[in-house]
Amino acid sequence: MHYTEIMVRYGELSTKGKNKRTFISRLTQNVKRALHDFPDVKIHGERDHMYLELNGADSELVAQRLEPIFGIQNYSPVVRLPRDMEAVKKTAIEMVQSVFKEGQTFKITTKRADHRFELDTNDINQLLGAEVLRNVPGIKVQVKKPDIEVKVEVRLEGIFLSCQRIPGAGGLPVGSGGRAMLMLSGGIDSPVAGYLAMKRGVEVQAVHFHSPPYTSPRALQKAKDLTAKLTAYVGSIQFIEVPFTEIQEEIKRVVPEGYLMTVTRRMMMRLTDEIRRQNNGLAIVNGESLGQVASQTLQSMVAINEVTATPIIRPVVSMDKNEIIEIAKKIDTLELSIQPFEDCCTIFAPPAPKTKPKLEKAQSFEARLDVEGLIARAMENLVISEIKTGDTSDQQQESTFADLL
Amino acid sequence: MIYFDNSATTQMESTVLATYLKVAEEVYGNPSSLHGLGDTAEGLLQQSRKQIAKFLGVQDNEIFFTSGGTEGDNWALKGTALEKSKYGKHLITTTIEHPAIKETMAQLAGNGFEVTYLPVDKDGIVSLTALKEALRPDTILVSIMAVNNEVGSIQPLKEIGMLLEKYPSIHFHVDAVQAIGKIPLDLSVTSRIDLATFSGHKFHGPRGTGFMYIKHGKKIAPLLNGGGQEKGRRSGTENVAGIAAMSRAVRLLLTDVEIKQQQQRQIRDYLMEALSHYSKVTIFSTMTGAPHILCFALRGIRGEVLVHGMEKEGIYLSTTSACSSRSGVSSSTLAAMHVPDSIATSAVRISLTDTNTLAEAEVFLGAFAKLYTQFRDIH
Repeated sequence: MHYTEIMVRYGELSTKGKNKRTFISRLTQNVKRALHDFPDVKIHGERDHMYLELNGADSELVAQRLEPIFGIQNYSPVVRLPRDMEAVKKTAIEMVQSVFKEGQTFKITTKRADHRFELDTNDINQLLGAEVLRNVPGIKVQVKKPDIEVKVEVRLEGIFLSCQRIPGAGGLPVGSGGRAMLMLSGGIDSPVAGYLAMKRGVEVQAVHFHSPPYTSPRALQKAKDLTAKLTAYVGSIQFIEVPFTEIQEEIKRVVPEGYLMTVTRRMMMRLTDEIRRQNNGLAIVNGESLGQVASQTLQSMVAINEVTATPIIRPVVSMDKNEIIEIAKKIDTLELSIQPFEDCCTIFAPPAPKTKPKLEKAQSFEARLDVEGLIARAMENLVISEIKTGDTSDQQQESTFADLL
Repeated sequence: MIYFDNSATTQMESTVLATYLKVAEEVYGNPSSLHGLGDTAEGLLQQSRKQIAKFLGVQDNEIFFTSGGTEGDNWALKGTALEKSKYGKHLITTTIEHPAIKETMAQLAGNGFEVTYLPVDKDGIVSLTALKEALRPDTILVSIMAVNNEVGSIQPLKEIGMLLEKYPSIHFHVDAVQAIGKIPLDLSVTSRIDLATFSGHKFHGPRGTGFMYIKHGKKIAPLLNGGGQEKGRRSGTENVAGIAAMSRAVRLLLTDVEIKQQQQRQIRDYLMEALSHYSKVTIFSTMTGAPHILCFALRGIRGEVLVHGMEKEGIYLSTTSACSSRSGVSSSTLAAMHVPDSIATSAVRISLTDTNTLAEAEVFLGAFAKLYTQFRDIH
């Protein structure tokens, strides 16, 4: 079936009043970015729908790219025809044949934007319905809940036919909700948190703490590979490496064991907040889930969160591990996340971190550190890179070894 | 020199050898090591695996590296026997398998397993009826080669697969050592094949390399236990240089594979046609067999006599299979095809690869004509 355009229906955007235009232009941009290698496709973000003029591009490939883009409720491949009923008949039959499976039912729904067209909606419905019945053996008409609904729209510029409604990713266009810093450890939860934040329109930048030689280059690569997985929804993500060795060593030196974790987390939060400030972010996103580990109790949150008034979004806060794992499978990050590399959260993990730390104690132990100096030195040595779809270690290795293999 | 013994082994392709040398010299880390050298070796190992999987149309996690065909066959059989003996102890194979299967089956038969050997017809093709009758509730494995190494007969794997659809718990193993690059081999998700054995040196890769296809979710016990390499299913420090070189050899083999098969078939058909005009020649291979194997006998002249006669002319072929060449027994495949011993002892095999040419076939035929006359005068 040769489709000429794809019609995209907006999700919740349609209800967003005045901001609608912003949402639509953001979504249009995101769709453009996802289709950057289809120069012939023309994208028109209009008030009620978005139209993709394919101009010969493969409709299936284009549709695949639309699948992960947030802010799309559903989309339909459409054929645009001249206002000639013979061509419409022929295409309607072809279209039904291409999707029909044994035992399915159908109906024709016609809309006329142009009421001067010689046939009215009933005429068209009956004419096309009869043609389909005649030419598709075994098909039946069913008006209430048909399996296949052929939509015919008569407009001035032509007649438009479609019969599929492919569900989109839902959510809001990434970037329409501002920017946030994602604390990406390399575990199962943080990539899921990032994905959920993006789903609600937030653009994320990944912040990853690493402490060489305590953490391995593989752990860093793993975080980058996870980020590459998340780019499926946006095209590219900024990845910020924070050198954390000195801070961890210093904390280990002066803070009693029970409070190592709490103070470490406070420092991470401070650094993330500082990076947020420099990059014009509005919030911090992390993968904290209540009660999962010692740092993720309400008491710990109180003691850690105290360093900043920035909103902290915790998309998986109330999920069970199994629910998080389900999403990780869906977004294809689970396999990577469970690779067993030490990260900076496990490296200096005391055998018994306080699950109910007291804020005053954390503050007094922290006072033994040169907080400002440590933060400043870490900020001076940030390593920032842009990660694009397909920028994985696998891809890098493939090109490294291409000559040998 | 004309090398017509490619089913015995092949010459390593020059860039494959270059890869082997470069990797052995530079990527010498142990893939299990944590440092960067280990990472590089591990990366190369995974890319090699990925490339092989891609060319075979399977998933990366379905490819396991081995030391070759013999190990693969042993692993498939013993691994299945160990894994599934609690469900049954009945194994099915054919009368024309490579010794790596046959001898392993004999060993299992001596250890409480029961083996059914399926007969073949005069063209060396296994009987589906016999297979149907042999299947039992306690059957745990069917092992059938894809292409016979002595006469080149192609077994009806698709039909066998269809027959086994009704028995999903039986492991279906295919010895594909002589098939890869020679006939289409379907290992996709929809194929019924669970296990397949491959050997690197049969397609211009290094000796001592091979791999096994194990369908995702199918279990066989490890043959080699130890450090847990290959996801714990085949321990032993990985032969990274050999594996990378073999992966390259797979890519070279399966690029433009149809054209190469066509070339070999053309040479084989040409030889077959020419040899069929000699009254004292009996041809065992058929036109519908694998494109690279031609097995025939010059009646009254022992196979090795013809082999040595040809060697004097700078042409290398073999008595039916290299593995039985030295042991002096006449071919078991021909015996299974009911070829009388008196003729089977005269059998020789020509086996081709993509570098052989029609011109070489011409030279061979000239030499053969000369020897034919010479032998006739003696007899």
